[in-house]
Amino acid sequence: MQSKFNGPVYVVRDNIDTDQIISAKYLNLVPTIEEEYEKLGSHAMNGLPESLYAERFVKPGAMDSEFPIIIAGRNFGCGSSREHAPIALGAANTQTVIAESFARIFFRNCVATGEVYPVECQGRLCDILKTGEIVTVDIDTNTLTQAATGRVFPLNQLGEVRPVIDAGGIFEYARQTGMMPKVA
Amino acid sequence: MTLTEKILARASGKARVSAGENIWVNADVLMTHDVCGPGTIGVFKREFGKNAKVWNRNSVVIIPDHYIFTEDSLSNRNVDILRDFAREQELPYFYDVIDDPNGHWKFDASKGLMKKQYGSNYAGVCHTALPQKGHTRPGEILFGTDSHTCMAGAFNQFATGIGNTDAGFVMGTGKLLIKVPATMRFRLEGKLQPGVMAKDIILQVIGEIGFDGATYRAMQFDGPGVASLSIDDRMTIANMAIEAGGKNGIFQFDARTAEYVDARVKKNGTKSTYEPVEPDADQTFVYETVIDLDKLEPTVACHPDPGQRKKAKELNHIRLDRAYIGSCTGGKTSDFVEFAQVLRGKRVTIDTFGVPATPEIVHDLQTTRWGDRTIWQILEDAGVRMTENAGCSACLGGPVDTFGRMNQAGLKCISATNRNFPGRMGHKESQVFLASPATVAASAIAGKIVDPREYLSN
Ligand code: SF4
Repeated sequence: MQSKFNGPVYVVRDNIDTDQIISAKYLNLVPTIEEEYEKLGSHAMNGLPESLYAERFVKPGAMDSEFPIIIAGRNFGCGSSREHAPIALGAANTQTVIAESFARIFFRNCVATGEVYPVECQGRLCDILKTGEIVTVDIDTNTLTQAATGRVFPLNQLGEVRPVIDAGGIFEYARQTGMMPKVA
Repeated sequence: MTLTEKILARASGKARVSAGENIWVNADVLMTHDVCGPGTIGVFKREFGKNAKVWNRNSVVIIPDHYIFTEDSLSNRNVDILRDFAREQELPYFYDVIDDPNGHWKFDASKGLMKKQYGSNYAGVCHTALPQKGHTRPGEILFGTDSHTCMAGAFNQFATGIGNTDAGFVMGTGKLLIKVPATMRFRLEGKLQPGVMAKDIILQVIGEIGFDGATYRAMQFDGPGVASLSIDDRMTIANMAIEAGGKNGIFQFDARTAEYVDARVKKNGTKSTYEPVEPDADQTFVYETVIDLDKLEPTVACHPDPGQRKKAKELNHIRLDRAYIGSCTGGKTSDFVEFAQVLRGKRVTIDTFGVPATPEIVHDLQTTRWGDRTIWQILEDAGVRMTENAGCSACLGGPVDTFGRMNQAGLKCISATNRNFPGRMGHKESQVFLASPATVAASAIAGKIVDPREYLSN
């Protein structure tokens, strides 16, 4: 299982709701249909107002994001229960979201789908890091390292949800651990 | 144990549960709609097999309501996916938009957005339709693929929103692993004064504890003040538990709950037995507060989140472009009645949109007369654009041709809905202010945010 993620970060503030992660107008896309899954990725974080986020998470016309890591403030993923949100992030090639705190349903949907690792940080990394700078996230040692300065920031342990995401979501996890038969 | 813990203990077959424990619970009802239903069905089939059957036909309730009155072809297709599934699984509780079980749904924009385009089974906004159609029962567990599923906590049940993958799991097994939330207690005392509504209670509470103040927690509303709140009022409050991050909101059971539920299950022939939970003497709360209803004033949540609390009277400097009444939380009959009381004999000065939550509410408004005019006519006389196409409509923006959607940057709207993050009602550079139907009505007359108590007719 991959436990280190390296690359440029995309930094957002507090209270990024699911509508900013994936605009309601794209909820006509069904995530279990392959080509619609890919389209969801192309619209990830598209609901962020341009006036606040001039640099876009997914460049116009692109299908994926160049930012594998999102850094956020409090209450990331609040609002609706739409699973389209973690799925859009995963489909855009996001690997992990590091936030001061997560909204409950979003956190759970990340785990259930296995799309991204939702990791809590301590303190306001969103005030320290800038969009585009390179970091390394290590979920074995629970650290985030800022490449430019070598500064190391502690992260909270994923704990009991980690093996579920490692497996690729709750169904895969249930099969691997014998809670469900292997073939449906 | 608290009300939430008692229900969860029962649903997991345990004598006791406590906050933080992970437990498997048996679901009584799983609800899904057109936005999350197709994905949930996709997960269910992928994981349990093409020919799998849902765990209990009578427990799966499917209510298309979100993107219905739009020409967007994918949205129309999604209703067809639900219909195919309901037919294949022989689901008795699929509230289709059209009457033909083998038909296809297509919205015809040439007929306009105002005249109804649904058949006799259509039920409207899921959370308002569930109780009306007899699917909410005290003491039960309801999971829904929608964050406002917590609205059913008004009926003394545990109700919470889940994602498609969890819902796919419930669909196949009837079970879900959940963490028992710690309970926060909001003890209501006194009685609301004229011009102050249930919406003001919950906006007050969210402002108090913050937009994430109830994350991973249950919000229990009890105390002597509950008795004076109608079922509609309780639904408004429980609905918005999620706006403080809550897992569920829950009310104590009383004669009003019984009267409502009994009438609805009887009318619709749904399961009529249930077992409410009563409060124990030994409840443990992580937070307790008393809300004095007499002291509450009309309250507004300002852009850009439901925790931005202000009093309506402090916001007279905010000029508005439009007003909106509708949604699960703010589009019930009693909401329109209060709205009409303020607007009767007056005129709105800004674009004002009215979207009843369900067809039943449309019917109520079109048949209840005040003097020689129906409430519907009184609102039209006042300049409100009332649509018969009950549903979510512009509450969550939706496809661009959605009735009432804010399609331009910079627009400011006062709305009786429940959520106001950037872009919620359409354009991501528009702004939404949440308020009670009375405050929305008075502000629609004034063209700016005002305290409705100055506009109450005697
Ligand atoms: S009316 Fe609004 S809040 Fe209620 S279910 Fe529909 S979109 Fe959600």
